[in-house]
Amino acid sequence: MACLLEAPLRISVLSEVTATSRHYVDRLFHPDPQKVLQGVIDMKNAVIGNNKQKANLIVLGAVPRLLYLLQQGLSSSELKTEVLGSELRTEVLGSELRTEVLGSELRTEGAVVLRTEVLGSELRTEGVVVLGSELRTECVVLLGSELRTEGAVVLRTECVVVLGSLAMGTENNIKSLVDCHIIPALLQGLVCPDLIFIEACLRCLRTVFISPVTPVQLLYTDPTVIPHLMSLLSRSPRTQDYITQIFSHCCKTPEHQTVLFNHGAIQNIAPMLISLSYKVRMQALKCFSVLAYENTQVSMTLVNVLVDGDLLSQVFVRMLQRDLPIEMQLTAAKCLTYMCRAGAIRTDDRCIVLKTLPCLVRMCSKERLLEERVEGAETLAYLMEPDVELQRIASVTDHLVAMLADYFKYPSSVSAITDIKRLDHDLKHAHELRQAAFKLYASLGSNDEDIRKKITETENMMDRIVSGLSESSIKVRLAAVRCLHSLSRSVQQLRTSFHDHAVWKPLMKLLQNAPDEVLVMASSTLCNLLLEFSPSKEPILESGVVELLCSLTQSDSPALRVNGIWALMNMAFQADQKVKGEIVRALGTEQLFRLLSDPDTNVLMKTLGLLRNLLSTRPHIDQIMSSHGKQIMQAVTLILEGEHSIEVKEQTLCILANIADGNTAKELIMTNDDILQKIKYYMGHSNAKLQLAATFCISNLIWNEEGSEADAMTGCQERQDKLRELGFVDILHKLTQALDPNLCERAKTAMQHYLA
Amino acid sequence: MAELGAGSLLLGDPAFNYQEAELNERLKRLYPAVNEDETPLPRSWSPKDKYSYIGLSQNNLRVHYKGHGKNHKDAASVRATHPIPAACGIYYFEVKIVSKGLDFLSSLLPLSPIPGWDKHSYGYHGDDGHSFCSSGTGQPYGPTFTTGDVIGCCVNLINNTCFYTKNGISLGVAFTDLPPNLYPTVGLQTPGEIVDANFGQQPFVFDIEDYMSEWRAKIHGMIARFPIGERLGEWQAVLQNMVSTYLVHHGYCATATAFARATETLIQEDQTSIKNRQRIQKLVLAGRVGEAIEATQQLYPGLLEHNPNLLFMLKCRQFVEMVNGTDSEVRCFSVRSPKSQDSYPGSPSLSPRHGATNPNLHSAGADSPTCSNGVTPPNKNKSHNKYPGVSSASSSSSSSPSSVNYSESNSTDSTKSQPHSGTSNQEETSDSEMEIEAEHYTNGVAENPSARIMNGTYKHQEILQAQDISLGNGVAEDSCASRQLCGGNQAATERMIQFGRELQGLNEQLCREYGKNVTHKKMLQDAFSLLAYSDPWNCPVGQQLDPMQRENICSALNSAILESQNLPKQPPLMLALGQATECVQLMARVRSGSCSFARVDNFLH
Repeated sequence: MACLLEAPLRISVLSEVTATSRHYVDRLFHPDPQKVLQGVIDMKNAVIGNNKQKANLIVLGAVPRLLYLLQQGLSSSELKTEVLGSELRTEVLGSELRTEVLGSELRTEGAVVLRTEVLGSELRTEGVVVLGSELRTECVVLLGSELRTEGAVVLRTECVVVLGSLAMGTENNIKSLVDCHIIPALLQGLVCPDLIFIEACLRCLRTVFISPVTPVQLLYTDPTVIPHLMSLLSRSPRTQDYITQIFSHCCKTPEHQTVLFNHGAIQNIAPMLISLSYKVRMQALKCFSVLAYENTQVSMTLVNVLVDGDLLSQVFVRMLQRDLPIEMQLTAAKCLTYMCRAGAIRTDDRCIVLKTLPCLVRMCSKERLLEERVEGAETLAYLMEPDVELQRIASVTDHLVAMLADYFKYPSSVSAITDIKRLDHDLKHAHELRQAAFKLYASLGSNDEDIRKKITETENMMDRIVSGLSESSIKVRLAAVRCLHSLSRSVQQLRTSFHDHAVWKPLMKLLQNAPDEVLVMASSTLCNLLLEFSPSKEPILESGVVELLCSLTQSDSPALRVNGIWALMNMAFQADQKVKGEIVRALGTEQLFRLLSDPDTNVLMKTLGLLRNLLSTRPHIDQIMSSHGKQIMQAVTLILEGEHSIEVKEQTLCILANIADGNTAKELIMTNDDILQKIKYYMGHSNAKLQLAATFCISNLIWNEEGSEADAMTGCQERQDKLRELGFVDILHKLTQALDPNLCERAKTAMQHYLA
Repeated sequence: MAELGAGSLLLGDPAFNYQEAELNERLKRLYPAVNEDETPLPRSWSPKDKYSYIGLSQNNLRVHYKGHGKNHKDAASVRATHPIPAACGIYYFEVKIVSKGLDFLSSLLPLSPIPGWDKHSYGYHGDDGHSFCSSGTGQPYGPTFTTGDVIGCCVNLINNTCFYTKNGISLGVAFTDLPPNLYPTVGLQTPGEIVDANFGQQPFVFDIEDYMSEWRAKIHGMIARFPIGERLGEWQAVLQNMVSTYLVHHGYCATATAFARATETLIQEDQTSIKNRQRIQKLVLAGRVGEAIEATQQLYPGLLEHNPNLLFMLKCRQFVEMVNGTDSEVRCFSVRSPKSQDSYPGSPSLSPRHGATNPNLHSAGADSPTCSNGVTPPNKNKSHNKYPGVSSASSSSSSSPSSVNYSESNSTDSTKSQPHSGTSNQEETSDSEMEIEAEHYTNGVAENPSARIMNGTYKHQEILQAQDISLGNGVAEDSCASRQLCGGNQAATERMIQFGRELQGLNEQLCREYGKNVTHKKMLQDAFSLLAYSDPWNCPVGQQLDPMQRENICSALNSAILESQNLPKQPPLMLALGQATECVQLMARVRSGSCSFARVDNFLH
């Protein structure tokens, strides 16, 4: 069989192989039950550790036959009644044998069933005849041998063992098994009272369910399955082991968590945490980590569970002990992390600060396996994400920041040369390691300026981020941009390392063509890079980012729209006329107004912010208002009339104030009585902020430009007169008595200008 | 020493005494391998090894600065009373910053103006968070620290590294390749600075025991995975040989035979020889040294003649036993039941480890190596008869046990008072007598009749009970009035005096032949001193009368016999155990920290 490597020979050899495998399958159809059993046992021995043999047998159709043998045995009780009920009882069966057969013990009745079953369905009538004449001796033979105690359970168990063995093969094997409906058949088998058989079924189910190709939903299709599995948990350490493994792998969504939770998973599994068997303890722990993940209900229940007088959190903490296997420490730390993130344990609890966090940091150390380091870093990142104090503690624990730098050293130059196997292993984990490190850096640096400094000062850190942004793996790119985003919250870093390493370049590239999740992070980072004090702003502008940002504002994702408009807002801040013109042109008034009616308040706020930034400095105001004045005034009116928050209205009034600051733009307001009435209304509003903004607006309108030309002077006089007519002077007068000192001051200044 | 002075000052303070006890207990738990007689652990700051700017208070645990604190030259430090013993494996102490002053420096190692700045000095400084290693320039290491923080320092003597902790969080390795003999040290530089040390007086903030457990597991793993090479396959044979030779050495004849049969191995020494040794040992342990000497001379002619020292030791012991009233030469005069005197509280076996300290231990610990007694529960007696090995032992060695038993109760010494037809007969009788002796011990210990299984004789429960009762009486008698010189018998006393003179003579003879021997003189003096007291059992040298004292001489005699037969005088098992223990102690002396986690005790269960 080794010559399979030879390509031209392959087909013929394969057929040869199938031919040699065929007799295993043929024997399953043998009329003699003993032969069948022996056939199954031989098959079992043949497939162990032999993936080719497994595939062959599957191709040859062994699975349906095995399932048939299995299920025939399962429906034993019906068969028994049927067969025994009619002829057998009255016929030849010896009285002693009959009593045995009729007896409740399944093992004994199994012998008969085995017989009937093996005789095959078409032979049933014949079988009965045979039963009538020969069964007695047959049965005696069967009962006399070791089968006496085991009966058909032996055959069924052997069938399941073979199926389990087949499932241990390749993913394709599992697919075939699932396609043959092995799962319902095995689940059916769990109803049998025989423990050995149940364990075999569970073992096989476990193997099938832990495969990524098996749809987990199959566990939940029959609503009776989960409660039955729960009840089987108490049967033996093996059932505990297999069932918890199945649960752990089939609990993928919050709905699954809820189903398991509602069927008492916590109460049923908690006692297993102090089982004598390490395997069982470990699987129970894994199960809890899956159940508690991002699940408040489960986490809140977990903290109150007592196991042998101890709180569950204490049990978990004991499992963090350093002399225990790493797998156990890591999984226990995960459980505590999830409980903490769900709010069930406080972030300043000793078990988090002094136990869970240090344990996770240890998992990141060089001594750990690559997989453990990945999981450790990811879990730690998740644990401290929302808590700056935990971030601070982690940043000084065991040189974590420096330790993470090692994550980028795979595959190392040594491994590349000396050991191909090692290189392969390293390559496989290199991406995972890098993305985990980026995630952890992102989490570490999300709040504290000192930590960000420490991170950027780590050897080659910025270079690593920059190269991470253009890596082939999406996971790494996403993590790298998250890290960059976290660091971009630092004014100092924006001014220094970000500019030095020209991070904007790969970032811009990343924005061109990326999935939404990457885009959100990247555009958010871009927002920070476009801040006025960022030295990267200029080169980014020159790279033609406006079009890109404008396209983001048309995205379906609110987060992307916000980031797009936010970036434009930052870009327009104190920008020159050319940039502003470009923004207006690229965005288009239509899109601008669409954004002003966006359902997302954030988008609306940032759009107003953009408008405000665009309408600053007098020449810009006049220019923009001359071209888009009508639409802008319309939009402003609309917002002031609509149901919006104070902040939105304040922002809108500020825009009006900016417009009022223009030379020619002023007229747009002065000629619009509707707007003037609105300003008047807001000056008398109960909210001081709105009053202030409205007063600002009026103040700008009545502003008496010193040394300005006579023309303007007359304009000013006219405006003042009109405003007095409208009763603004009285209001201003009233506002000089206002409680708010800012408002009072503003009103007084305005009054002075009036008098001047 | 310093802490003694402080201790006596506060002797009346119960809180302090309590703290002291807690400290001792914690140090014992953390550093079980440390022998404080050789290498004391640091327990406080040393009032001698300090700068004058340093003030100590609160049992030399609190340090405050009383200098000017103007520049680095004003820095001052103090070190602990003792360096860190290597046998700690992992050593840890903590310092709490009570008051900060301007800045604070904490470090490890010998006195230096500022800890961390001199040669072989290491430190972690609070003002900048830098670590200083044998120089004045620091490396960025950890966070800064200030008032209220608890800073810990852990020295790993296994890989010679050190890390600090802040408020229970490990800050990561600070130094590698540390030299040995480091002192916990603290340095201060600013007026108003106060720090409190915790050398184990209180629970530590950092979970050092968890850290230790990781290293313990590492080292145990290392031991377990240590490559053995080609001899790996012979493990079983080696182990079986170990067990077998141990059993043979101590004369557990029946057990050894059974073991040999079960494992299909061979016993080097022949059965009779083992039994002879067993008999002699039992005689010694029963205090019947005279008979033991006689038996030895008979069975191993020339042995004692060639070992005059051993003979002298035996004779001395015989004299002591005469005082005790147990030796047969005086016992024949006694009116009391010999059984009461035979109530040797220990087991007949020569327990190598702790039989001497707790006579009940053997019956309690079922897996103790002294499997001849107390292992088999009484109700399983019958099942033991199934084993042919045991019954064969019985047939060969016992005459009618019950009758012998009665003869014993008649308070006659069978070997002395009854005439014997021949040597073989005598052997038989004395042998069976030995069995009874054995029973007395076991009954005396835990009323466990299983000892007879070893000897292979079967008796009825009633007889055993009768023995128990008589034994009980004997003990009661013993404890109140009857402990008199030579059992209180005049003739016996005279015989003893006579024997004493002979012993004196023997000593002089040995002196003439081999020159003066200080040990002999001392032995003789001690033995004779017993006579100077009206109640020898409660006198300064009364210790000699303790039956436990028989064990040494017994094992010496056993070893001598074995040596004379060209057999090892120590069983390989004990040799291996001794070597392992010695090796670990040697590791401590050569400063190999891993010894603290490679303790032999950890592997003996």
